[in-house]
Order: sequence, then C-alpha cells, then structure tokens
Amino acid sequence: MKNFKRVPVPTLTSLSDYPLGSSCKSFHITDQNSGWRVFMPVIHLDQCVSCYRCYLVCPEGAIHQNEDQKFEIDYDYCKGCGICANECKIKAISMVKEEK
Amino acid sequence: MTINKSIQLNARNITSDEYFYGHKACGGCGESLALRLALKVLGEEAYLSLPAGCMAAVSFIYPNMAFKNNAIITPFASTAAVATGVAAGLKALHKDHLSVAFAGDGGTADIGIQALSGAIDRGEKFIYICTDNEAYMNTGIQKSGLTPFGASTTTTPAGKVIRGNIKPKKNMFEIVAAHGIKYAATASVGYLEDFMNKVQKAKEADGPAYIHVFSPCPTGWGHESDQTIALAKEVVDNGLWYLAEYENGRFRLNKKPDLSNDVRPYLKGQARFRHLKDEDIENIEALRGEKWAQMLAEWQ
Amino acid sequence: MSRNAFLNGDEAVAYGVKRSRPNVVAAYPITPQTITVEKISSFVQNGELDCEYMHVESEHSAMACSIGASSVGARTFTATSSQGLLYMAECLPYASGARLPIVMMNANRALATPWNIYGDQMDVMFLLNSGWVQIFVEDAQEALDMTIQSFKIAEHESVMAPVMINLDGFVLTHTYEKVNIPSQEAVDQFLPTFLGAHHMMNDEMPMSMCISAGNQHNMEFKIKQHRDLLRALEIIETIDSEFESQFGRGYGGALEGYKHEDAEVILVTTGSVTGTARVVVDRLRAEGKRVGLVKLRVVRPFPVEKLMELVKNAKTIGIVDKNISFGYEGTLYTNVNSAFVQSGIKKETYNFIGGIGGRDITKDDIHEMYENLQLASAGEQIDAVTYYNVRCTL
Repeated sequence: MKNFKRVPVPTLTSLSDYPLGSSCKSFHITDQNSGWRVFMPVIHLDQCVSCYRCYLVCPEGAIHQNEDQKFEIDYDYCKGCGICANECKIKAISMVKEEK
Repeated sequence: MTINKSIQLNARNITSDEYFYGHKACGGCGESLALRLALKVLGEEAYLSLPAGCMAAVSFIYPNMAFKNNAIITPFASTAAVATGVAAGLKALHKDHLSVAFAGDGGTADIGIQALSGAIDRGEKFIYICTDNEAYMNTGIQKSGLTPFGASTTTTPAGKVIRGNIKPKKNMFEIVAAHGIKYAATASVGYLEDFMNKVQKAKEADGPAYIHVFSPCPTGWGHESDQTIALAKEVVDNGLWYLAEYENGRFRLNKKPDLSNDVRPYLKGQARFRHLKDEDIENIEALRGEKWAQMLAEWQ
Repeated sequence: MSRNAFLNGDEAVAYGVKRSRPNVVAAYPITPQTITVEKISSFVQNGELDCEYMHVESEHSAMACSIGASSVGARTFTATSSQGLLYMAECLPYASGARLPIVMMNANRALATPWNIYGDQMDVMFLLNSGWVQIFVEDAQEALDMTIQSFKIAEHESVMAPVMINLDGFVLTHTYEKVNIPSQEAVDQFLPTFLGAHHMMNDEMPMSMCISAGNQHNMEFKIKQHRDLLRALEIIETIDSEFESQFGRGYGGALEGYKHEDAEVILVTTGSVTGTARVVVDRLRAEGKRVGLVKLRVVRPFPVEKLMELVKNAKTIGIVDKNISFGYEGTLYTNVNSAFVQSGIKKETYNFIGGIGGRDITKDDIHEMYENLQLASAGEQIDAVTYYNVRCTL
C-alpha cells in the first residue's frame, strides 16, 4: 500500500531553510522514478488470480492491491525491471515497450 | 529436509504497508527487495542503521528520503557499532524498539567485521542483516571478501593470466555463529518466505541475531534485471549457496539441493562468469562439493 | 552538599561524568585515559551511576556507538587519547555534522612514531577541523567542572555540537589535586535532563540522519554548521558565567587573562603549562617585569575577538605550542597569527614549541620565553619559531 504523499522539493533561499544537522524527515519523498522505465509491466486482470507473487517480489514495493482486491502497479515508481512479469507463473503480466 | 517447516509469514499475511519506497536502487536490485520485505516483518518502529553503501546512497539523498522508519547512515566500518549504540540509547531511555542494521557484503565481511564481532560479543539485542551481492557495487563492482571464486570484478578482472577472483567466499555465517550468537541464518531473495520467517525469528531472538541474505545485483553481475529472483533461487537449488540456521548452539540445513545439478546455467546467465573455462567451472563444482561435504557431515 | 576529594585529572573527569548522569558511556581503554573509564565502570558496576556502559572493541566503535546512542537522544560520553583519537577520527565529522551533543575526554598524548604514552598536543591538532568544540583545561578541578559545562554547551539548542575536553596526558590525567565535587542536586539544577531534539531519531516524527547531500546542497549544510559553531562562543561564555554564579568557580569563558591588562609581553598557553606559567609571571612581576598570560581555553570555535581584547595592550606575543605541524610551525601559532590578520592588528608574535613527547616545559623554559619576548619587544632579532628544552644542537 502506498502510504505517503509525495512532497515538493523544499525551497531553500536562506541557511535557516536548511535542516539542522544532516537530518531530514523520513519518508520525505520528492521524486518519481517513472522515467527509468523502458518496458512497462501490464497486469492482465482477466487472467490474474491474485496470487500475490508480483506484489511480493517487486523491489520497489510498487505493486499494490486496490480497494477492489485487484493488483495494480504504481507507475510513478515502477522502474520496469520485469521481475513481476518473469515471476508470474501464469504469465498474466506482460512487458510492453513504453511510448515516451 | 524442507524449508523452514514452521512457515508463518507469507505474501498474504505480511502488512500491506510499505516502509521503503521511492528509492534510487537499480531496477531489479535484490538488496532493495531484501530490505523492503525485512522491514515489512520488522515494522515501522524499528530503528535502522546502514553504512554508506548502495542502500544508503539510494535512499538518503537530500531531499528524497526513502525509509519510513527512523534511520541513520553510519561510517562504513561501524554499522554494528552504531546499531548497538542506538539499541543502548533506546534501552537507557526506556524505549522498547528494535535496532536493526543492514549492510552489504563488503561492509560486513571486510571493513565492518570488527565492529560486528564486538557487537555480537556484547550480546546486546539487535538484528544485523547482511545483503550479500558479492562485491563492492556502490563503488563500481570491486572484489570483496564475499566475492565468489571465478567472478570477474573491476579489481579481479578476467585477465590473461588470472581469470577473475581466485579466492572462495569468506564463511561469514560460520564466523558469526562462532561467537555463539543467539540466532543466525542464511537466506536468499530466491526464497522470500523463508527469508521473511528468518527475519521474524531474528526479531524474536533473545539477543543479537544475524541474517545473511543472498541478493543478486543486475548491474554488478551482468544479468537481466528480471532474473534477480530466478538466479537467487537457482543458486540455492544448485548448491552454490545454502539455506541454514544456527540456533541454540547448533547448525541446521534448511534445504538439501541436488548436487548433481549443473552449475553452468547459473554461471552463464551472468557476465561476471562468462570468461570461465571448463577447468574453472570444475573448480567451482569442487568447492561446492567440499562445502557440502563439510556441512552434511557437521550440521546434521 | 559538595565535598572535597583528592583526585587526579582522569578521576575528576569521571566524577564530572557521574554528576552529569549520562545515559550511555562507550569507551575503549588507552593510556593515559584509562583511569577515567575504569572509574566510570566502577560507578556503574557499584550501582552509583545508572547508565548503559558499552565495552566496545575499538575507539572507532566507541565513537560509532556514541553516535548511535546520541542519535536517539541519549546523553552520551566517551573518552580516548592519541592514536585512539586518530583511529576514531573518521567518525568525528559524522557526530558534528549530525549535530550530536556527545562529550568526549581526550587525554592529550604523543603520536607515533616514535611513539610513547606521554603528553603532548599533537593528537588533537589533527582534529581541529572536525567540527567539535575543543576545550583545553589546566587542572583537575577545571576538568571536572568543564565536563559538566560541556554537556550543557553541547546540548544547548543554539550549539548542538559535540565537545572534546582536552587534558594533558599524565601531567593532568595522573597527578592528584584537591578537587571539589559538587553535589548531585546542584548539578541537576545546572544541567537538566536532556530531552533530545527534533533532528534526532524519535517516535513522533521519524528522521533520516547522516544523510547525503549532493553538490547542489552540500556546501550550504557545511556553512550552516560552521556559522552555528562560531556562534557557540557566546553560549560558552554564558554557560561559564552561569556555572560561576552557581558554584563559585568560573574560568573566563573561551579565554582567561592573567596579569595581562598592562603587560608588555604576553604568553598564550593551553592546558597544564598555564599553571607553570602563572608561577613564572608572578616571579617576573615581583621583579617589576610587565609580563602577562592568556590561557586559550577554547580553540574551536576560535575566540578571535576576545583574544584581541585581552592582548590589545601588549606589544609582543608568544604562543606556546605542544605540537608541530610538520613542515610549517606550531598549530596554535598559525591560528593566533590568523586572528591578528583577521582583526587587522599588527603584533610581533613568536612561536615557542616544547613539551613534545612528554618533555617537560619547565619554569626555566617559560622564564626564557618571557626573556626572549622582552628582547624582541626591545627590538632585538629573535627566531620566529624556537624549540625549548631540546637536548642537542639544532
């Protein structure tokens, strides 16, 4: 489950805007990683049996079960590594060349 | 033999919350998957210590912070020292939280081994998870004490005279166990349920606990990014890595592979092994045989 | 009630630590710091001090454990010396960059090679750039008092930086003096419980610490740290005044002058040699010589303005260095000279290097330093850098 809200990059115009010490609030996520992808995984929900495998193996944690209990991909953070498609035993995920 | 008979945790019953998100690890990074799932078992109250290596470099670059937990980057040599300092601080302040260290193979078996030994010896409750990708990846794939025999790295290139790394992996799991640690285990991201349940056991251990998780690195090993899990499973199935535990002073193997399995498919899938000649592969098989003979004789 | 005891410098620090009620102490033994950690251990083992004592396997881990403990808001102390300080050196900027109020005693000792266990100040000079507040003490009482003050300085919200208290090896660490140990109640009143700070790891708002900042941000982080450390000078003065009003002992803040107001020549000293110099000043004053003394107590942040104020009436200044910056001169000499340049004040300055590897700096040596300063003041040519108590021709 994606449990954060992306925050804007802080505006830093004076030293007082910088954090004290080399510390920053945890889960302070300012970036997306979608630009990394060449191929994007697509889950074919008609074939998906909700085995949880893709969700388990994703190094990004970018596959979530939505309110309808269906698995969906957070394309803001999926890097297109293809592990989910490779690990899907029934081949319900295919890797599709992404148009940019 | 079967893997962890008392499997309790699996993809369905672990928390759906994510505690490691938006990091900058390479696509298909085995290490980041190990961290992600370990944190799902450990929970958001765990305090994390990580040395300045890949996992720190991908998750703490101002202003993008990828951990939900409290987390601190440590000097490279001192992951276990900082983690036990955190544990001591929390204990002194009467805060009942786990202190967990994550470090790579170089940070564990080379530069961090002294601090790890000291920390285990002090007997403080903390968990140390070594994510082993068999070389210094953050600095550009240099040989570490856990680089396997034959692997080409940027400091053990496949040369005309010396073909890759000529030393086998350091026996880190057994070195840790020799401290009489409360709990130690090896794992692989090819067997994720097994790994998660070992993290759970580490969490429950009454003292220091160590998990050594085999974590492929597509960038450093030269394999396709979608092969991370498959390779991490194959390496266990062909016996080049092993799943074992050390508990109550005894070693236990969790899985016995078929040692007649050919190691070539595993090696061929990775650029770091592509230069190997038949005699090198025979040497790798011989090392495998020796290791299993020792484990089967001593750990049953 | 406070009580008097016969303590050496190491023990005095240990009592200062005990009264400061640290949550965590992590230390590795090294001569001549050992008595401090032995004494603290005995306090813990006897139930007199409730803290986590970590028996670490190295100085590197002593500082790393201290960083871990301090990063969750625990009041943390460690102690080291010489090679041990250099071994943990890598960790020191982690502590200061993360703004962790760790307090550390450093027993100043010679470095290898040739190595020995005796006192000089070569070790700490390596770490002047580490971002730590650097305090030098003259005697055991000051060592105890400054241990307590150091926690208050370090934990002050405007400072929030680690503090190193430097004691000359053996001359201070192992010699006994009458020391007043303040009561626990009085110290508790002066130094309240540390409650952590927002930039540290905590349950309310989890933090990521010791982060990386690329070249687009890194410099500003460092300048912020530097500016805050410069501003700590004021807090150091205030805390010393507070201490004096509560305990009756003050040390003049970053610098203490002795018969300096009308002095024609002034010697600038750090640490234990100051005591010897006081005796010589008194003697020379009895002879009618206008000599004075400035004890440099805080070397980082460097008290430029106050130093200028204390030496303003003098014509000639000598700086005693118990260190050599190989290939240049004594480190404090460089620092003091820079202060004059920054302030646009021209004074004749001379560097007296002595005490290396535990060699004594005697009253006769200091007498000679003053004589040379007076000669220079009268217009005679003397060397910019001279070595004292050397046993061969140079």
